[in-house]
Amino acid sequence: MAEVRFDRVSKVYPDGTRAVSSMELEIGDEEFMVLVGPSGCGKTTALRMVAGLEEISEGELRIGERVVNDVPSRDRDIAMVFQSYALYPHLSVYENIAFGLRLKKVPKDEIDRRVRDAASVLDLTEWLKRKPRNLSGGQRQRVAMGRAIVRHPQAFLMDEPLSNLDAKLRVQMRAEIARLQSDLGVTTIYVTHDQIEAMTMGDRVAVMRKGRLQQVATPQELYDRPVNLFVGGFIGSPAMNLVQARLEASDGDGSYAVTVGDQRLSLPQELIAARPALRDWSGRELVLGIRPESLQDAALAADAPADRRLRAHVTLREALGSEVDVHATIAARSAETEHVRELIEDRGGLETLEEGGETTIVGRLAPRTTAAEGETVELAVDTAALHFFDPDSGLGIYAAQTEGAVS
Amino acid sequence: MSASGEAAGGAVAVRPRARAAHPESRAARIGRLVARGPLNILLIVIAVLWLVPTLGLLFTSLLPASEITTSGWWKVVGQPSIATFENYSALFDNRDIMDALWTTVQIAVGNTVLLVIVASLAGYAFAWLDFPGRDWLFVVVIGLLVVPLQVALIPIFSLYNDTGLFDTVLGLVLFHVAFGLPFGIFLMRNFFAGIPRDILESARIDGASEARIFVRLILPLGLPAIASLAIFQFLWTWNDLIVALTFGRDTQPLTVAIFSQTRQFGSNIDLIAPASFLSLAIPLVVFLAFQRYFVQGMLAGSVK
Repeated sequence: MAEVRFDRVSKVYPDGTRAVSSMELEIGDEEFMVLVGPSGCGKTTALRMVAGLEEISEGELRIGERVVNDVPSRDRDIAMVFQSYALYPHLSVYENIAFGLRLKKVPKDEIDRRVRDAASVLDLTEWLKRKPRNLSGGQRQRVAMGRAIVRHPQAFLMDEPLSNLDAKLRVQMRAEIARLQSDLGVTTIYVTHDQIEAMTMGDRVAVMRKGRLQQVATPQELYDRPVNLFVGGFIGSPAMNLVQARLEASDGDGSYAVTVGDQRLSLPQELIAARPALRDWSGRELVLGIRPESLQDAALAADAPADRRLRAHVTLREALGSEVDVHATIAARSAETEHVRELIEDRGGLETLEEGGETTIVGRLAPRTTAAEGETVELAVDTAALHFFDPDSGLGIYAAQTEGAVS
Repeated sequence: MSASGEAAGGAVAVRPRARAAHPESRAARIGRLVARGPLNILLIVIAVLWLVPTLGLLFTSLLPASEITTSGWWKVVGQPSIATFENYSALFDNRDIMDALWTTVQIAVGNTVLLVIVASLAGYAFAWLDFPGRDWLFVVVIGLLVVPLQVALIPIFSLYNDTGLFDTVLGLVLFHVAFGLPFGIFLMRNFFAGIPRDILESARIDGASEARIFVRLILPLGLPAIASLAIFQFLWTWNDLIVALTFGRDTQPLTVAIFSQTRQFGSNIDLIAPASFLSLAIPLVVFLAFQRYFVQGMLAGSVK
C-alpha cells in the first residue's frame, strides 16, 4: 500500500502534443481516486505513466517514497486492469491469475492458496480450468480483477475496466469493485469517461480536460461546487442547463435577481452569502447553471413563489418511471463558451446551440407532472441551488477570489 | 516433390472458406457452390495433373528392375501383379543413399530449427521493441525478399572456400538460414504485431522481463506462424538441389545423390524411382502432420 504522487508531471509526445500538462495530484494511501474526463483528456496517459507504460517527459512521479520515473513497470509493484482485460489467451483462468506470482517465484502452495482465495472472492472457482475464450465478458472481467488482487500490489490501476460490459453487469461490477477495494485497502487509480462511475466509486474524483486537471474533490463537492463550467457541465446526468443570464441588483434592499431572457428569478440571501463574488457581477452578463434536479413542476409545488418560476415550452417528455425528464425551450440565449462547445462534442455533438434566442433546458420532474409535449409548463426553480459562471474564463463565481482554479 | 506443392495450394484455397462458413440459407449455399464451381473444377484439374506423374513414379518404383524398361505401370495393378518391394529393400541397403538421406535430414531439420529461432527473435524485436532505425532496417529486410539466391552462389562459394565451410553440413545450413531469414522475419514480425499490445503490457506489469514475455507469451501465441514458417522452410530446403550441388562435394543430400544416379545412357531407374518417391513422401508426411497449424498460420497473418 502506498501513496501515489504526481509532481508537475507532463507528457509531451515527439510531435509536440502535450497529452498531460504539469499534473499535480496526491493520491492518499488506500484512497480510491477516479480520473474522469472526455476522451483525449489525458486521463489514460496519466494512468499509463503510473504503470510505466508511458515515459514521463517532465516532473516526478512517486509511488510510496520512491521516485519511479526510471523504474520499469515490472519493478513498480503495481497491478493493472485493462479495458480489454488483456488475459493471456493460451493460459487457463488459474494460470492467468497465477502468472504474476510465478514470475515472482512465490512458493507453489502459496500461489495455490492465493489463487483459490481470489477465485472464491470473485466467484470464479468453477471456471479455474477454462480458457478465457470460453468465458463470458463478466467472467473475463473478474479474471482480470483476480490477476490484480493476488499480487497484493502497492496500487491498483484500472483503465475503464467496465466499459466492455453491458449496462446491468456494469452496475453490479461497479459495486463489486468498490467493495473489493475497500476490503483490500489498496490505493487505486481508476480511469473512466463515465461520470456515474466516477461519482459512485471514487473517494475523490479528478476531472481532467485537455491534459489539465480541472478539479480534484469528493463527488459531492464536485456536484455542489464545480470549479468551472466544464466540471459543472460534465458532472451530473442529465447535464446541467447552461444559459446566458444577467444579474441585477434590486435598488435599496440589497437583494439580487437574475434575468433569463425576459423572465426574472429572484435570488435568496443565503445564495448571495455563499457566493459573495456575485455582488461584483450586478448589471453584467454571466452564465447561469440550473441542474435538471433543481426544476420542479410549479403545479405540484403550489407554494413556489411567482418570482422563482420559469415558463417553458415542452418539446419532449421522457417518462422514466421514477421521474419524468422534460425537454423544454425557454426564451433565452444559450451559453456559448469554449467549455460548452467541448461538452457538447463529448456528448456526441448531437445537440446544437440554438440560434435566435431559444435554449432547450431539461427538467427532472416528479412523475405526477402533467407537462405534455407542445404545451407550456411553469417550472419552479430551486434558486438556492443555482450555479453561476464567468462567461469569459468559465470559472465558477464563488468567493471574491475563486480558489483552486486551473486553466 | 510436386504433390506436396499441390496439397499446400489446395488446403490454402479451400480451408478459409470452410472455416468462415456461418449458418446460411439453402439458396445462399447453392449460390455459393455455383459461384465456386469453376474454381473447384480448376483445382481438380490441377490436382490430377500433379498426381499422374507422382503415381507413375510410385508404380515404377514397385516394378522389378528387369521389367521397368520393357513393361508399364499396368503390370502393378493388373492381375497377376508383378509388384515388388525389392527396389525399396535394395534402397535401404544402399549406404550412399542412406547417408544422403541422413545428410538431408540434418540440413533440413538443422536449418529449419535455426531459422525459426533467429526469425522469431528478430520478428519480436521488429514488432515490439523500440530501437533507432527499426523501420528502415525492416524495409531493408523486405527488400532482401526479392534477391534471388543464384546471385549469391559465386561470392559465397569463394567465402566458403576461405572459411572452410565448403562441403560441410553447417555451410549448407547457414546458406539456407540466410536466404530463409527475410521471409521468416517478415512472417514472424507481421504475426507478432497482431498480438494485442495490452497482453504484452499486462505481462510487463505482472513482472515479466522481455525474455520471459518472449518465451511465455510470444512463442505459444505465435505457434501457428512458427509452424507454418517451419513447414515452408523444411519443404524448400528438403527439395533443394542447386545449393547442395554448389557447396557440397562429398556432403551430398538425397537430391544430389539421386541426381548423380542419372546417366547419359540408361539411368538406374530401379534406384532413382524409389529414392525419389521416398524423398517426396517424407515432406508430404511432415506437411500433413502440421497442416492444421499451417492453415491457421496462413489465415492468422492475413485475416484478422
